[in-house]
Amino acid sequence: MKKVLYRHLFSKALGLSLLFSPISFYAQEEAAAPTEEVAADVAADTGGDAAKGKQLFNQNCAACHALDRKMTGPALANVETRLADDAGLDREWLYAWVKNSPGVIASGDAYANKIYAEYNQAAMTPFPTLSNQDIDDILAYTAAPAATPAKAATPSGGGDGGQSTSGGISNELILGALALVFGLLVIMLVLVNKTLRRIAEANGIVLEEEKQKRLPLWKAFVKNQFLVLVSVVFLLLASAYFAYGWMMQVGVDQGYAPVQPIHFSHKIHAGDNKIECKYCHSSARVSKTSGIPSLNVCMNCHKSIYQYAGNPEGPSAEDIANGYTNDFYTGEIKKLYKAVGWDEENQKYTGEGRPVEWVRIHNLPDFAYFNHSQHVSVAGIECQTCHGPVEEMEIVEQFSPLTMGWCINCHRETNVKVEGNAYYEAIHEELSKKYGVDKLTAAMMGGLECGKCHY
Amino acid sequence: MASNKKYWKSAAELNPNDSIVEALKHNEFTEQIPVDEFLGDKENLSASNTNRRDFLKYVGFSTAAATMAACEGPVRKSIPYVVQPDRIVPGVANYYATTIADGFDFASILVKTREGRPIKIENNTDAKVNGGANARVQASVLTLYDSKRLQGPSANGESVEWKVLDATVRAKLNSLKGSNKQIVLLTQTYASPSTDKLIAEFKAAYGENVNHVVYDAISEDAALNAYEAAYGERALADYDFEKAGLIVSFAADFLGDWQGGGYDSGYAKGRVPKNGKMSRHIQMESNMSLTGANADKRYPMTPTQQKIALAKLYGKLNGSNVGGGTSDVDEAVDKVAAEIKKAGSKAVVVTGLNDANAQTVVLAINKLLASEAFDAKNPKYVRQGNTAKVTKLVSDMNAGRVGALIMDGVNPVYTLPNSEAFVSGLEKVDLSVAFAFNNDETAQASQYVAAASHYLESWGDAQFKKGQYSLMQPAIRELFDTRQFQTALLTWMGTEKTYYDYIQETWNADILQGGSWNKALQDGVFVASAPAPVEGDASAAAPADAESVEEESTVVPIASAIRSLVNATSGGTELVLYSKVGMGDGRQANNPWLQEFPDPISRVSWDNYVTVSKADAEKWGVDNEMVADGGVNGGYVKLTVDGKVLEKVPVIVQPGQAVGTVGLSYGYGKKAGMQAEMATGVNAYALYTNFSDVQTVTVEKVSGVHEFACIQSQKTLMGRGDIIKETTLEIFNTKDHAEWNPMPHVTLNHQEIPVTSPDADLWDEFDRSVGHHFNLSIDLNACTGCGACVIACHAENNVPVVGKMEMRRSRDMHWLRIDRYYSSEETFEQDNEKKDGMDGLWGEKGSLGGFREMEDPSANPQVAFQPVMCQHCNHAPCETVCPVAATSHSRQGQNHMAYNRCVGTRYCANNCPYKVRRFNWFLYSNNDEFDFNMNNDLGKMVINPDVNVRSRGVMEKCSMCIQMTQKTILDAKRDGRVIKDGEFQTACSAACSSGAMVFGDVNDKESKVAQLKEDDRMYHLLEHVGTKPNVFYHVKVRNTNEA
Repeated sequence: MKKVLYRHLFSKALGLSLLFSPISFYAQEEAAAPTEEVAADVAADTGGDAAKGKQLFNQNCAACHALDRKMTGPALANVETRLADDAGLDREWLYAWVKNSPGVIASGDAYANKIYAEYNQAAMTPFPTLSNQDIDDILAYTAAPAATPAKAATPSGGGDGGQSTSGGISNELILGALALVFGLLVIMLVLVNKTLRRIAEANGIVLEEEKQKRLPLWKAFVKNQFLVLVSVVFLLLASAYFAYGWMMQVGVDQGYAPVQPIHFSHKIHAGDNKIECKYCHSSARVSKTSGIPSLNVCMNCHKSIYQYAGNPEGPSAEDIANGYTNDFYTGEIKKLYKAVGWDEENQKYTGEGRPVEWVRIHNLPDFAYFNHSQHVSVAGIECQTCHGPVEEMEIVEQFSPLTMGWCINCHRETNVKVEGNAYYEAIHEELSKKYGVDKLTAAMMGGLECGKCHY
Repeated sequence: MASNKKYWKSAAELNPNDSIVEALKHNEFTEQIPVDEFLGDKENLSASNTNRRDFLKYVGFSTAAATMAACEGPVRKSIPYVVQPDRIVPGVANYYATTIADGFDFASILVKTREGRPIKIENNTDAKVNGGANARVQASVLTLYDSKRLQGPSANGESVEWKVLDATVRAKLNSLKGSNKQIVLLTQTYASPSTDKLIAEFKAAYGENVNHVVYDAISEDAALNAYEAAYGERALADYDFEKAGLIVSFAADFLGDWQGGGYDSGYAKGRVPKNGKMSRHIQMESNMSLTGANADKRYPMTPTQQKIALAKLYGKLNGSNVGGGTSDVDEAVDKVAAEIKKAGSKAVVVTGLNDANAQTVVLAINKLLASEAFDAKNPKYVRQGNTAKVTKLVSDMNAGRVGALIMDGVNPVYTLPNSEAFVSGLEKVDLSVAFAFNNDETAQASQYVAAASHYLESWGDAQFKKGQYSLMQPAIRELFDTRQFQTALLTWMGTEKTYYDYIQETWNADILQGGSWNKALQDGVFVASAPAPVEGDASAAAPADAESVEEESTVVPIASAIRSLVNATSGGTELVLYSKVGMGDGRQANNPWLQEFPDPISRVSWDNYVTVSKADAEKWGVDNEMVADGGVNGGYVKLTVDGKVLEKVPVIVQPGQAVGTVGLSYGYGKKAGMQAEMATGVNAYALYTNFSDVQTVTVEKVSGVHEFACIQSQKTLMGRGDIIKETTLEIFNTKDHAEWNPMPHVTLNHQEIPVTSPDADLWDEFDRSVGHHFNLSIDLNACTGCGACVIACHAENNVPVVGKMEMRRSRDMHWLRIDRYYSSEETFEQDNEKKDGMDGLWGEKGSLGGFREMEDPSANPQVAFQPVMCQHCNHAPCETVCPVAATSHSRQGQNHMAYNRCVGTRYCANNCPYKVRRFNWFLYSNNDEFDFNMNNDLGKMVINPDVNVRSRGVMEKCSMCIQMTQKTILDAKRDGRVIKDGEFQTACSAACSSGAMVFGDVNDKESKVAQLKEDDRMYHLLEHVGTKPNVFYHVKVRNTNEA
């Protein structure tokens, strides 16, 4: 754990300094953020409030529509103009369509049926709760000029970088100054010594030379056999201690952070977007394995999240240094599409999926049985207790040593969560009586027995 | 100063010109050393420039490299699903109800699957009929992963696509439509309503010349014919042995495979003494069968004697006088008749004689007795083979009257006694298609081989018994390009329908009576409600009529049947063919679990053999002997039946074998489509002339010694009655348990105290009152020794297969063994008396001679079975001697074994009084020396992911299925509930359909196992050692009450 801390001291400092600038937004919000003001201007033309419209769009429409690309439904940028030009439909038709699209289709409306057929006969959800004003707002938003991609955030990133480097320089300055002072002191000491000797010489004082030749220290040491013995023993013990320490870390892969076939950022998913761990790792609740989510779970969200918009200020200097640009992340999403066989163009699965071969990070040996559901569901332990701050990890690494000593320690110290669990009631009562304590540790329940984990 | 002295090495050096001196200067060895003998290719060797130093460098470097490489862990991949199926959660097992109906074994079962792979077979406790999986059914999951499976269809040896096969077959069938040549479907017994309907439709589609021939490798033709004659339907009468007070069996191995098996559960229930009563079982047989071994009274009789006895018994019961026949069975018949008369309708008589007369007589006797256990109204359909039709088919084929022959589930080239005739006939058939699982004998002889699916990959249904239906559903998609027969029939009939749809339609229309298909599929079984009341009334009201009609129609046959039975004569030594519990008819012969499964009676694995009585063995000069390596050897004999010869059949001297008979089991000697290791034994079908399991045989000794893989060389208990405690029903009912189940005593300060007393204990007792405390109860009365638990344990715990030679060296890895003991005297009781009565070393009662005699079992011994696994001693001797604390005790009563901690000193095994620890002498996985299921990717799919695969040099043993108990506990914790009794199971207790093994938590005072522990019959194995085991046994009670 310490090792990890040191290694990331610098990046942590950087992260801290960054903390002041970014504010997280959801991807859809960010996509349109720079256009907001422009949109407001257009509002007058359509009689709607584009800012409000944006909110409504994100709430109601974004799951199936994007502004500039086909999704489950058609792209909606300038939908009103397009409809007027293509089919000569007016806003009244749109009101009717949005509020009750199946009704419009049933009425035999030609354009409605054409659209319905074009999009795989996926009927649009009717929104009877939206008022005309709401629809106006949304249309105002869709009529706003297309979002210009956020400029590469070099200035702000550079600013951040400057900040942190200035902190570094000041440290070095202080150190340098201290070294200088120290150097001066040494020189002064030497000078003073010289001067004093010269004065003494001048005054005719003969400095007493240490005539008595003392035995050199190492010879004295060699002659003292007891001391030699003690030191040899000490040295042997010390080297044994370090050798043991070194050997004990063989096979302990704490900090192991392999490169994965898809750069999946837990920081973005669990950290920025605060997705609950067990939403994706659902089998941790019921199974011994936490389960790497199958790709269809990814597609629950990534069917509509097709690009990474990043934070509003653009990627930080550190991200850029690592190559984590928005385009990079979007490219990773494309990798997902390729693996799962998702045809973005036609919003369809091609059926040509290929599973992703993730590199396994936590490799418990086969002879140790570990059950996630026991710890997650029964004991209610947070995932972070063993896996560390995954929500902060851009690349996931093994946080805990996963050694037997580490397991045992926790079993000794952790109290069993017995409240509200009928299974534990009787056993808790009897064991409490036996040990004379109120709280029971896993060890008292037999959690240290060999066969509980080795069979 | 250095000395200038010269040291002479030899006199030759005196002469400075000597050639030897010169030669020795350059070459230490003047003579050519014959190194090329062991170096081999000298040319290459001298050409290569690797010298000794280079070699050492390479060795050093590779050693160092290997060491370095060991420090780095390998990169492991984790590959999730692309689209995860809804029902599959990685790490959680799913269970599906399905059915095995492979033509020999019929059972409703549950399949445990992990990540979509079937890994274990469990009993379907919802099933009323055939709900128990026997050893073969338990092992059938491994057959799914048989590495020798056919992976796709082929034509004349070349692999083809199904399209091609379909096209050829359809063209041929169409050309045969309306011709005078037959289209024959030669199949196993399906007992399937849907398949029957489908075949009927197939007949309709391809005309009247379609002929369906059902063929059972081991025929029950006589019983089927007898039932058909009496009741008008080709089926088998059913028996409920639970209701029987007296079971008289004439060679019916109903605990084995008699009439499809599945009777052990009911039998075992009746065998446990309740309210002072248990059933009595009398067996008359020639071979020592599993059933005979469980009998209270066993009469060894030759088949001829059995027939005469049966006829005379009928006469006694009927009051008629049956004359003739030999009189040597009269005494037995008198006794049995008296007992049957006393038992009345509680008695039941069954026979396994493959003789229509005998079967007819037995049906008549049961009807006469109005036996409660006899159920002729709802017969069983699990055997339907018709030997007459098969015989006719062979002659038709040879006469060129068969145009197409389509076979499924049968291997006639291997199983037919006249297989040469079949093969020559097969060549005359225009189109032959074999649905085969392996490239077996029949597949090799056929033009087209259709790779058949395993039952775990197939849809299907079965009607085991009238009104008792069972559904088969696939638990895994076809592993290879295989197809089931019914799907192929549908394709050939030109419909697009799947067999699944077909079954569903059939069920909805004919079977479910409005019930839910989904529920039936989930349960796996469906019981049709009693037939409509009108029918019931008819059958209830009509018996008078029906009986009188039947009487008239059957009286004449009965009389003639009796006559022919009583006049039976034998023409010499009689060979009785039988099926072994492990191998059955041999269709799973390529299954290493079954090959390694020791026969419950002979305890021999990896072989079949001829069983002979001791008297006959002496007559023929053959014997079994134990040799220095601990194995059992036997001689060979040559068997000749009617001109057919089996050379070199190994001999096992079988106690209890009727003199004048020899036994030989089917299912071995299969060569085609088999792994070489599994091609063991001799083919008994070659002697199965006319489908009669009794043949007159000539036995001749031939030279040679056969090495058996017999894992129990000691046969008797040597009078140690405390290992398997026994008593009789009379004593059990009348005396205090201290008399028939005494607690051993030890002396403390000149006072006798029971060994279980805390004062007699060296150790402090650990408090196990809190939490769970697991105990396993084994009722020796209910245990039939069937061995289903052995295979279940094998499957659950990834027990490796070690092969024949290792088995011979007693290095079997079975965590659970079933010991079989014979009595040395007539009964075990007499053994005990003899031992107790010994006096001095020499003389008549001397122990030296006495013990020597006791090593030999009696000619007709009592037999006892005892399953022994780790006893999980609370004061375990193994734990105290382990130098590394690899084996330790848990508060739940389980004796833990941490394999990764074990260094293999084997102290524990030496200190174990029960000898239940097994040592991994070798690496049994990924090792070509042990080329069984753990050495190929396919076979490894059966491995249970929750249990370690142990490595070399590690001790292992029964864990009391800790993975199962832990799972039960975790499930309860997760649901926040208390565990109910019956939830805790081990693999063996779950597999035990006879109810002999009960597992549970003794701290739960309401649990069944806690009550069993308080029972008077409870005792611990080697109680006097003071190990306090958590496995306990129940005293075996024999019902010796005669009449």
